[in-house]
Formats: sequence, C-alpha cells, structure tokens
Amino acid sequence: MHPKRTDKIATGIIYTVVFAVVAILVFLIGYILVNGVPDINWHFLTSQAQSFSAGGGIRDQLFNSLYLLVLTLIISFPIAMGAGIYLAEYAKDNWITDIIRTSIEVLSSLPSVVVGLFGYLLLVNQLNMGFSILSGAIALTFFNLPLLTRNIEESLNSVPGLQKEAGISLGLSDWKTITKIIVPEALPGILTGVILSSGRVFGEAAALIYTAGQSAPSVSYTNWNIFDPSSFLNPMRPAETLAVHIWKVNTEAVTPDAHAISSGSSAVLIIVILIFNLGARFIGNHIYKKMTAAK
Amino acid sequence: MDEIQRKLQQSSKATREDRLGRTICYTCIGLIIMLVTCILYFIASKGIATFTKDHVNVWQFITTSNWEPGNMDSKGHPMVGALPMIVTSFSVTLLAALVATPFAIGVAIFMTEISAKRGAKLLQPVIELLVGIPSVVYGFIGLSLIVPFIRHIFGGTGFGILSGTLVLFVMVLPTITSLTVDSLKAVPMHYRQASLALGATRWQTIYKVILRAATPGILTAIIFGMARAFGEALAVQMVIGNAILMPKNLVSPASTLTSKLTTDIGNTVMGTLPNDALWSLALILLLMSLFFNMLVRFIGKRGNIKNAS
Amino acid sequence: MKKKNIISAILLFGAFIAVLTGCSNSKSSSSSSDSNASGKITAVGSTALQPLVEKAASNFQKDNSKISITVQGGGSGTGLSQVQDGSVAIGNSDIFAESKDGIDAKKLVDHKVAVVGMAPVVNKETGVKNLTMDQLKKIFTGKITNWKDVGGKDQEITVVNRAEGSGTRATFEDAVLGGDKAVKSQEQDSNGTVQKIVESTPGAISYLAFSYINDKVQAVSINDVKPTDANVETNDWPIWSYEHMYTKGEAKDATAKFLKYMDSSAVQKDLVGKMGYISIHDMKVQKDAKGTVSNK
Repeated sequence: MHPKRTDKIATGIIYTVVFAVVAILVFLIGYILVNGVPDINWHFLTSQAQSFSAGGGIRDQLFNSLYLLVLTLIISFPIAMGAGIYLAEYAKDNWITDIIRTSIEVLSSLPSVVVGLFGYLLLVNQLNMGFSILSGAIALTFFNLPLLTRNIEESLNSVPGLQKEAGISLGLSDWKTITKIIVPEALPGILTGVILSSGRVFGEAAALIYTAGQSAPSVSYTNWNIFDPSSFLNPMRPAETLAVHIWKVNTEAVTPDAHAISSGSSAVLIIVILIFNLGARFIGNHIYKKMTAAK
Repeated sequence: MDEIQRKLQQSSKATREDRLGRTICYTCIGLIIMLVTCILYFIASKGIATFTKDHVNVWQFITTSNWEPGNMDSKGHPMVGALPMIVTSFSVTLLAALVATPFAIGVAIFMTEISAKRGAKLLQPVIELLVGIPSVVYGFIGLSLIVPFIRHIFGGTGFGILSGTLVLFVMVLPTITSLTVDSLKAVPMHYRQASLALGATRWQTIYKVILRAATPGILTAIIFGMARAFGEALAVQMVIGNAILMPKNLVSPASTLTSKLTTDIGNTVMGTLPNDALWSLALILLLMSLFFNMLVRFIGKRGNIKNAS
Repeated sequence: MKKKNIISAILLFGAFIAVLTGCSNSKSSSSSSDSNASGKITAVGSTALQPLVEKAASNFQKDNSKISITVQGGGSGTGLSQVQDGSVAIGNSDIFAESKDGIDAKKLVDHKVAVVGMAPVVNKETGVKNLTMDQLKKIFTGKITNWKDVGGKDQEITVVNRAEGSGTRATFEDAVLGGDKAVKSQEQDSNGTVQKIVESTPGAISYLAFSYINDKVQAVSINDVKPTDANVETNDWPIWSYEHMYTKGEAKDATAKFLKYMDSSAVQKDLVGKMGYISIHDMKVQKDAKGTVSNK
C-alpha cells in the first residue's frame, strides 16, 4: 500500500501548494482592489491628469494604454504568427533552427529597460520618430515577440500530428492544412498567449518611459484625422500610459493625492485586464466553434 | 492544346499559396533574426566601449567591487568593478526561481492532472491577471508590505536580497506556471494511459512519467522565469536598497545590474565613461542570459536522449 | 529557394524601416518649415522640473495654439546630451552643464527658470530636529553611525543617498560634504521613493527637495537655520540649486517665445510657487557653476 500512501501525501502537498498560491494571488489582487476601488469614480476616469493639484483623472492615460496595446498587437501578432508557424511546421531540426530559437530566447530575456533604451536610440533619435505611441508600440513589439512566438509555436505543436496527417491525406496543401486545420485547433492556446502578453504590454512601464514618453498632451476625442497632432488616433503623438503614470505619480509627482491616484490607477489596470481576459476568452471560444466542427 | 498544356504545367493555386505562406513565415522569422542581431550589435558595441575606448580591464571589471565610474583610482584607472551587482543579480534570480519552481510545478500539476476543470476556470484567469500587474505596483506593494515585514523579523532596514527575492517570486510565478502547464499538456495522453494501465498510482504517473517527459519544457519555463527575474528592474529597484556593496547577507542593502542601470542611466551623458560602464552592465546581463539559454539547451538535449532510449 | 527567401526577408525589413523613416521625416519637416508663430518644441530632461514645464507649456499653448510643446523626463544627463546633439530644442537639467562630463557647456545657453531648496530629512522616530553642518557631513561620510551621538536616541543611522550623478546629490554634496566622499549606502533616484523610505525606515536620513517634504518626515535644521524659502533667498540656507533649461545656441522663434514665457511673472509668481520651487526673481543672491555665491 506504500505507493498509495505516497499518492495521497503528494496529492495533499499539491493541494496545499495550490491553496498557498491562490491565497497569495487573492491577497495581492484584494489588496490592490481594496486600496484602489474606493478612489475610482466617474470623474477619475473621465478627467485629465493634474500635475500638482488634487482631483486629477486618468482619462488620457487609460486611452493611451489601450491604443498602445492595440497598435502593439497589430504589429507583433502577424510577425509572431509567421515566426511561430515557421518554427512549428517548417523549421528543420538543425543548428540554424537552434540559433533561431536561442536568439528568440535571448530577445525575451532582455531587460525591458534595455529594450526601452534601444528603442529610444533607434526609433526616437535615429529614425526621428520622436516620443510617440508608434515608438512605444515598436519597442513593446521587441519584447512581446519572443513570448508570443514561443507560445504560438507551442500551441501549434500541441495539435496532434494525426490532424495534420489527416489534412494532408485529404489532398490539402501544406498551407491549407496549417491555416484551416492546425491554426484553428491551436487557437485557444494562441489566444491565451496573446492575453498573457497583452497583460505584460499593459503593465509595462520601463520600456515606455523612453519611447512613448511620460507626458500626455491633451488630445481631442472628436478629431478622427489620424494625421492631425491633436487627434486622439495620431500614432505620432507622445503618450503616457497608465503604468507609466503610476510610476511617475509615485516617484516624482507633487500632487497631494498621489497615493489615491496610484492605487486607483492600479485597480483600474487590473479591472481592465480582467475585462480583457474574459472578453478574449469568450471571443476565442466563439471563433473556435465557428472555425472547427466542435460544438 | 496549348491551353491545356499551359494549365497542366502551371503550378496550381494550392502550390502558389503554399509558396506564399512559406515566404511569409520565412520573412517573419527573418525579421525577428534581424531584430535580435540589431539589438545584440547595438548593446555589444555600446558595452564594449568601456573596454576599448576607456581602457578598462575586463577582468577587473567583473572581479573588483568598487563602483565609482566618476573617479579614478591611484593608478589612474577608472573604478568600475561590477562584482557586487553581478553577485546580487545571480543570487536574487536563483533564489526567486528556487522558491517559485515548486509552487509553479505544484499548481501546474493541479491544473493539468488533478483538476483540469477547476484549474482552467479558477487558476488560469488569476494567473493571467497576475502577469498584468505592472512591476511598479509590485514594487510598491513590496515597499509597503514586504520590506517592513522583513525588517520586523530580521532587523536591519528590510531592504536587500530577501525582499527582492520575495517580490520576484510572485512576479515569476505566473510565467513559470503557465509555461509549465503548456509543457505538461504537451505530454501525449497515451503516456498517462499506459502508465495507469500498468497499475501506477496517479502520483507515480505524474512523478515518473509526466514530469520526466516534460522536463525540457519545465526547464524552459524556469529559464523564462529566471529571465524575467533577471531583467526585472523597477520592482527590484524599489526593494533591494541600491547600495553598491557586496551583499553580506540576505537582508543587507544590495544592488542588481538592472537596478543600477535604471537608477543611473538618465543621469549620465551618452558617450562618457559612466554611461559606457552602464551599457557594459547591460552587456553582462545579455551574456548571462545567453549562458543560461545554453545551459538549458544542453540539459534539454540530454533529457530528450534519455527519454528516447 | 531558401536563400532567396532570406534575402527577400531582409529586403522587406529594410523597406519596413524605410517606410517608417519616410513617414516620420515628412512629418517633422512639414512642421518645422513654417516657423515664427508656430512650431514644435521638445523639452527633455530632469524629472523634477518636468511637472512645472508641462503645466507652463499647457498654459502657454492656450494663447499660442500653433506651437506644440512636448515635455519629457529622462533625467538631467539625458536632457543635456540630447540638447547638445541638437535632437531636442530644450534640455532640462537640475545641474550646471559645466559640471557634467562629456557636455560642452560653451555651446549651450543657460536659462535659469527656478530655484529649488533641499533639506536633510530624517525618520520621525530619531528625535533629531537640528544638526550642525559638521555632524551632517560626518553622518553622510559614515563617521557618525548612531543617532545618540548627535542627540537622538540610541539607534543606528541608515543613510539613503541619491543616485550618483543626479542633480540633487551633486547639490547636496557640494554644499555639505565639501569634496569628501559619501559613505557607500542605499541610493534612490526619485524624490517620491526617498520620501517613502525615510518615512518608514527607522533611523533613516536622506535629503529632499522642499516640495516633497511633508509632515510624515522630519526636516532637519542646520546650525539652527530652518529650511525655508526665505532663508534660501538670502543663502542663509546653503543647500539649493537652479533648475536650468538649456538651448543649443541662442533660442529662436517659438523656443525663445516659450522661454520668455517661463521667465514671465505668470509662471514665476504663480506656477513656480505652487510647485514648491522658489522664483528666480525673488533670489537676492546668485550662484555660478563653480558654486560661488555672490549678491545679485
């Protein structure tokens, strides 16, 4: 009966560990929400930030964060998708692939500060893009790419080989097999990856301080001309995101209500990510059902 | 006739699509490689300047512990010894990974082997949410909760490697967990079936079959976690104390490569020695992660061979 | 086949970059071509000065809607090197360009826009409210390590310094240490973090700009002189510095107009005080880059 007892003990330990982790997480999120939610109100969400008087809001920062996320995904997702498909389907098992994998891992382990400074020197200065949302989005792409690629590759690899064989035996081309069979099957996994990396993009501050900048000039939300500097859609304007705002408020701000702003912003950040997660999950399931025969 | 011949010889739509798809994928991977090369070249050229332009001895740079780039020592060499930062970075990263890994594996096993439904419903979203908490927020929670806690228990100021480890533990946990889950999920179902059919208990199956088969994946997960810990700047900077001293123990203020980099980079002037020296720190950061990657590759390969035989 | 693909990948990447540069170039040239009353000003540098300039800029733009001003942080070093390279119009700095290595101060024109006073702060529990200059120096050089030696309670002193190379530290060390080296200790680079650390760490001492001193930390008098604006204006309180806005060569067009606005009473009388800075107009003394103080 010894193995059975070991089994029981091990299961017990695992339950304890899971409980501990959940406790930590619940505590953390609870701490942020309890501290922050009382500070959130309509005024906080819809007014402009103040530099040194109380009562500032986070309207522009919140929008900037979302806009930056969308831009980053637009740039990085197709590239990561292509690279992921390459690694999962085309790459041969040789030293070239090895080098490619290693370099992707290296890219992912770069500290975000370094990515930010690289972006600052290359995009902001050399390419003359200035402190802008686009610079920020490209800088975030740098470190979003490896995570996303890796995840897509793994999701694709976890699709049983049978599916691929079935596709090919039906006379489908490689590309058709990949796009019509393997990718839809791997979609939930890919979406999880996108969500995970979006979370990081959303919370990233260090890489953005030097690329997207730390100021949020007032923009007009009725100006839809993306080439106009005052338009909210203009990707060439500087934009302070929510995470950068939290950092700034905490480190240098002289606003009397800095604490309320930072805890409120943190709570908003968490809530937005929560909404985003649930939404993406819902859409993911929907697409999965639509693209495959699964019910 | 010609019409038919042409049609037959022409590559089919599927083939063309195939070729196009392949090209797109190659382009994407090419782009990434270009990017990596670009960044590597950039950091390397910046980081090497300390040694080529300012004539600092490489060995001295990594083995001495006096960091005062603004001053010269008695022989006229700039004093840039990065050893304290290197030691601290290593300790924080290793400790954080060491603490986080058992937790991560436990949670991952729970999510894949024990209670997949609850795992997916409850744990998955929470873990994804955790990734989204900005490092700044972690830093401030660390500063307002962990540092006083450590001070209360161990005395001293509370700033130091231990606080850094605890903050990083929470930060790398989701990374390691979600990647471990992926690699456990990738273990083929028939391994489990075979093991259970042989009469193994669930734990025996997990321990002797699944974890073994997933070892390379788990190692990768740990490395990714370590990479995040290694590169984390803002959160660590707030709790580690930023003192460029050799860490005497786990609760004395210390400074990591990243915390030094973040603190000082804005205050130095591009092209001067203090700035170059900071880029050398970034280069060390890069080389260390390269080294970790190699290590994992090595272990991963050996693991694979064992599985095959 | 494979080689071809790699080549095409490289070409594509090149094209991508080219398009990006093309876009941004056309943009910047279009905005800089029409000068005079319109234009784009970027001011980069000191994070301490940033809120003031930001607020001033947004007030300024109300009357000059054609001038767009971007204000960024990044640190004094970044500001100075950027303005020297000519990549930005204004470099904000807490520190004289002369005292930064790698900066050719002769090429830059200094515009002093405010004065910031700094004071040592200690944790409230230490029971210390006044120190002599000599005691302060000994604390920061590591010769005094217990608060009981300076009249406080028996508690170890935890020195929290500012980041090496930061303007705040340079000012403090010039005024207090007189060329001696500070003890190796914790370093923090932002006022907000220092404030939090001193507030919560028993036995901690550091220094803060006046605007960050609140009732949660204890500001320390030196030789019984209180850290007040009035004492800074007469140099009775010796730890203060200018906030600089540097331009490369004389400022022109929009930049000149903006800098003139920074010096106007609208900014100096109202905003500067609100930020916790001291107006440059109120100063009865002046300091040069070497730290020599003279009557105005």
